[in-house]
Amino acid sequence: MSNQSLSAQVAGGVTAVGRGLVFFALTLTSLVLLAVPLLALTLTGWGFGFAIYAPSWESFDRRVFLFAVMLIAVLVVLPLLFLGILTMLRQLANLIRRLSGGWCGVPIAVPYKPVPVGLRRYRRLLRLLEDVATWRDLGWIVGSACVGTVLTAGPAVLIAFGLAGIGRTTHGDGLRNVILGSMLVTASVFAAPWLLRAYAALASSLLAPTGGAELARRVEHLAQTRSETIDTGAAEIRRIERDLHDGAQARLVAMGMTLDAAGHLIDEDPKAARALLIEARDNSAKALAELRALVRGILPPVLADRGVADAIRALALDTPLRTHLVSDLGGRPPAPVESAAYFAVSELLANVSKHAQAGQAWVDIRYTEGMLRIGVSDDGNGGADAAHGTGLQGIERRLAAFDGVLAISSPPGGPTAVTMEIPCALR
Amino acid sequence: MRVAIAEDLFLLRDGLTRMLEAHGLEISAAVDNGTDLLAAIRADKPDVAIVDVRLPPTFTDEGLRAALTARKEIPGLPVLVLSQYVEQLYARELMADGTGGIGYLLKDRVFDSTQFVDAVRRVAAGGTAMDPEVISRLLARNTGNDSLTVLSPREREVLSLMAEGRSNAAIAQRMVITERAVAKHTASIFLKLDLQPSDDDNRRVLAVLAHLNA
Repeated sequence: MSNQSLSAQVAGGVTAVGRGLVFFALTLTSLVLLAVPLLALTLTGWGFGFAIYAPSWESFDRRVFLFAVMLIAVLVVLPLLFLGILTMLRQLANLIRRLSGGWCGVPIAVPYKPVPVGLRRYRRLLRLLEDVATWRDLGWIVGSACVGTVLTAGPAVLIAFGLAGIGRTTHGDGLRNVILGSMLVTASVFAAPWLLRAYAALASSLLAPTGGAELARRVEHLAQTRSETIDTGAAEIRRIERDLHDGAQARLVAMGMTLDAAGHLIDEDPKAARALLIEARDNSAKALAELRALVRGILPPVLADRGVADAIRALALDTPLRTHLVSDLGGRPPAPVESAAYFAVSELLANVSKHAQAGQAWVDIRYTEGMLRIGVSDDGNGGADAAHGTGLQGIERRLAAFDGVLAISSPPGGPTAVTMEIPCALR
Repeated sequence: MRVAIAEDLFLLRDGLTRMLEAHGLEISAAVDNGTDLLAAIRADKPDVAIVDVRLPPTFTDEGLRAALTARKEIPGLPVLVLSQYVEQLYARELMADGTGGIGYLLKDRVFDSTQFVDAVRRVAAGGTAMDPEVISRLLARNTGNDSLTVLSPREREVLSLMAEGRSNAAIAQRMVITERAVAKHTASIFLKLDLQPSDDDNRRVLAVLAHLNA
């Protein structure tokens, strides 16, 4: 083993000991928090007991007064206390979830069902109590107190013990103390990362969403994206219908009428008939141009012919913006994914031309680990924000139908980089 | 002049055949797919091939690829590609070998048979026939880059007609000016864009297109 990796291991071990202590402190805090409502419950129980079975030295009035106080406690004080404590425990549990991901490499998703905002306190408390994740959190506090404390604080305690042993060399068996103490310290430092990982695994088993919760989330996501996809599709069909109705169809009607008029005139006034025929021809050219524009908006020809990379290349040739394309695709993604990716890039490049005041743009298309990844960046002035741009939100929604995601980095002053990821298989 | 046609829609193939024959051209082959076109060209070389971009069996860019293959096999074979859409990407691919004898037109252009047959003859003679839509989009893109701001509006008009592949005489007729005025404009354009002047119409067009595509 080289020196460097040994020192790295020692450093890792020492860090793990420290992190274990932080987890230990968090566990203690949650125990204290949990003790508060339990204590309150116990006190209320005693209160009722006194009110009912109080010894003879208590007057009847006092007993009624105590009973009333206890009733108020049960109806008002305890629910508020529970709500406050449960909310704090959730924040604590979320902190542990985050730290488990950041420190131990075991990321834990947040399992809570959404609580609607603006709910009254009692209803909110009921919602919390209904959620199975709340009870699993409480189970976690108990489990963490029993087993977790050994895993987290254990190494630190053993190290302290070992160091104390080394320090006590004034007695006769000094050498033995030094050897045993050093072994204890070394073993603890090396074991600490493993114990910390075991702790994270334990945390994950109780703090992570259950299979059922995971499924419920997924179903909710699918239901939402499905209805959005259907809405978008329906709106698109309506737009196409309207464009055809007002555009090509109207022109064809006009053409038919012009041709009819030309037919009537052809014997008496061939010159006027000729002018009408030319008008009809021009109208057919316009109808064709409109149909072309319409089809381009539905499925661009190059996308149909060659796929998303060449379609974006063709797009780049049509914009004044200098666009550099790097593409590394082994095949073609499914047609709906290609289409979504193309229109997303098209909209992003249009945004760049319109808002970014950029000189150049870069598009990077690659396929790795079952994901189509597309990056679009520019050297413009930044400040793009999905929360404000309806265009970006539209892209996000359309990608969501494929479980695709969009990430934006656009600090004021630029540059802007947008990354999209769509899981898919190549054909 | 002998023409080979590849167009899968019977109505259009038939219409093209009749129109070209009416203008005194001879049809050496009229087929409905790329493979048959290549076979026909190999067996009996025409003066020009007219090819639809979208052909069976894939109905993608089969015709374009057949045209490129034909030109690779028979260098300099004049090819006029027809399509419902014009794409800069395809125009570039067709012009990539830097030789003439190339046309790329929207199908609508057959509406004006005189102009269309003129384009066919021009391509057959080794010239160029680029669709006005290709050129206008090419110019729009270059205008955004400010590289054409040195030209006057009149010169830009001459430039776009020249880029379509038209001769000085045709440009003069179209713009209703004298041929000498056109020559003056072209000389000025070549000077301003820093291009090598040439008396050969075809080479002049290729230089302009290369400049716009840069």
